[in-house]
Amino acid sequence: MRIAIVDESASRATIIEEGLAQIPDCQIFVLTERRGLLARIEEIAPDIVLIDLGNPSRDVLEEYFAVSRVLARPIAMFVDESDDDAIAASIDAGVSAYVVDGLAAHRIRPLLDLAVRRFNAFARLQTDLAEAKGKLAERDAIDRAKRILMKSKGVTEPDAYAELRRKAMSSNRRIAEIAEAVVTAHDLLGPAGEGAG
Amino acid sequence: MTEQLTIGFLPLVDACLPILAHEHGFAEDEGLALTFQRDVSWATVLDRLLYGHSDAAHLIAPLAIATTLGRGRPAQPLAAPFVLGLNGNAITLTPELAARVAEPGRLSDPTKLGAALAEEARARKAAGKRLHLGVVHRYSSHSYMLRYWLAASGIRPDEDVEIVTVAPPFVADAMETGEIDGACVGEPWNSAAVDRGVGVIVLATAQIWRRGVEKVLAFRAPVLEARRPAAEALIRALRKAGAHFVDPANWEANAAILARPEYVGADPKLVLGAISDRLVLVRGAEPVNYPDFMFQHREAANFPWVSQAEWLYTQLVRWDHLAYSAADAEAAARVFRPDVYRSALAGTGDMLPGASSKVEGSLARPTAVTAQQGAMVLANNSFFDGRSFDPDDVEGYIASFA
Repeated sequence: MRIAIVDESASRATIIEEGLAQIPDCQIFVLTERRGLLARIEEIAPDIVLIDLGNPSRDVLEEYFAVSRVLARPIAMFVDESDDDAIAASIDAGVSAYVVDGLAAHRIRPLLDLAVRRFNAFARLQTDLAEAKGKLAERDAIDRAKRILMKSKGVTEPDAYAELRRKAMSSNRRIAEIAEAVVTAHDLLGPAGEGAG
Repeated sequence: MTEQLTIGFLPLVDACLPILAHEHGFAEDEGLALTFQRDVSWATVLDRLLYGHSDAAHLIAPLAIATTLGRGRPAQPLAAPFVLGLNGNAITLTPELAARVAEPGRLSDPTKLGAALAEEARARKAAGKRLHLGVVHRYSSHSYMLRYWLAASGIRPDEDVEIVTVAPPFVADAMETGEIDGACVGEPWNSAAVDRGVGVIVLATAQIWRRGVEKVLAFRAPVLEARRPAAEALIRALRKAGAHFVDPANWEANAAILARPEYVGADPKLVLGAISDRLVLVRGAEPVNYPDFMFQHREAANFPWVSQAEWLYTQLVRWDHLAYSAADAEAAARVFRPDVYRSALAGTGDMLPGASSKVEGSLARPTAVTAQQGAMVLANNSFFDGRSFDPDDVEGYIASFA
């Protein structure tokens, strides 16, 4: 079975590719370039095309599938109504599948399930990454707030932290939010440069 | 209580009414909280509508009909109770081609331009290098307007010229690389091509059909029934947004809103050109004013005339090479829902026509028509070739193209 993955995100395409490589008798082609896409598809003659929902080439690809006389076997969107759940899951995950006419649903289904799992895994990775970045920024704000308090109030680091925590608890907010407020107030009101390091 | 509606859209200026209804609080006044889902292909806008990621969508009208009739995928009935606008598209050619067939810097006469292009198309075909013209989707008003004009000019689409699909944001790229020789696309993408010096605007689609139906607000038919009060509230909010949109006092502010990255994501100057009907046709030139280039509000422009849906059906049959089917014509006609539009606006004082269907292209001058509510005058709505479409004879109209 020849599978084409069309995705402008090379890292996501790689994650999908790795997943699909587990399926026996599969040849996988990754297409990340918009230019020359149709010519590449024609060359590859795939049985299945997976394309992410955010891809601007989707309408171009659908038009090609609809009218191309070059394709000996017509490709259509995978919309076997009995498999509506599978399609809904794939749309939720952000991927759509086009399948060559006559390919049995029982061959497509596991492949689609795998692609969906991989798409979801990629989305989770991105969320984790964004979260990790957020946490780093928070830690940085807390460190800066502590230094500002230590300097302006002449307290020790544990005391500065304890003060931030007390304020957070009494105002029902997170320590990071209090720290942000301290840093912002300091930047606005404090002497230029101080505490910025 | 506030009701939440998610609206799918493609980054085009004519997604303006839902965006402005949200930004100016007209939706909120109607008890609605709107959220938006921006996508870059019609296929994805449609998928999200069909699988419930969005409740309603900014959609090319022919695609709503094609989806209902099951073209390319199993049929799913869609319902359009509101037309988001008429026209607003243009035909842009590469500077080389424009210099050969048009007078760059002026909008051409559609008949003359068609004749000149026909000659060019024949020469290119004989040389084995057919002209390639881009449209945004097979089932788009752009495709049907372009094809109507070409065919009436003696150019056979798909035979004498190749019509290819190009995503709107890449039209300028495709002209630059020579992938296409011209395109019919919505704003701001014609102006973007002009701005880069890779395209020249030669014709507005309003010159092909003075009052041509463009985007609709589409729902899945069962969703429209289930959320009828919210849909009607949205229609009222959209009418208010339309009144705001066409007021010159608001043009600049609205252009700045629409241009934002979460909406159209384009140069505010280009957006302003489209909404004020003032287009720069050639890079560096002064803008040319073409009244009603975009037509979003007056003359009950948003009223979903059943005859418009039927005209779109005739073109679908024509270009998909289908046979006329009374059942399909009926299903296509039912996609447009004037009953919902009327019920939403009854008692508001807004203009409501007396009829729900009209002979399209029959008016050469402003004509008073009967109204259910308000006074109503419809202006020139003709096709450039002088033909008209009588919805009482859908089959005869289709046969006349054979």
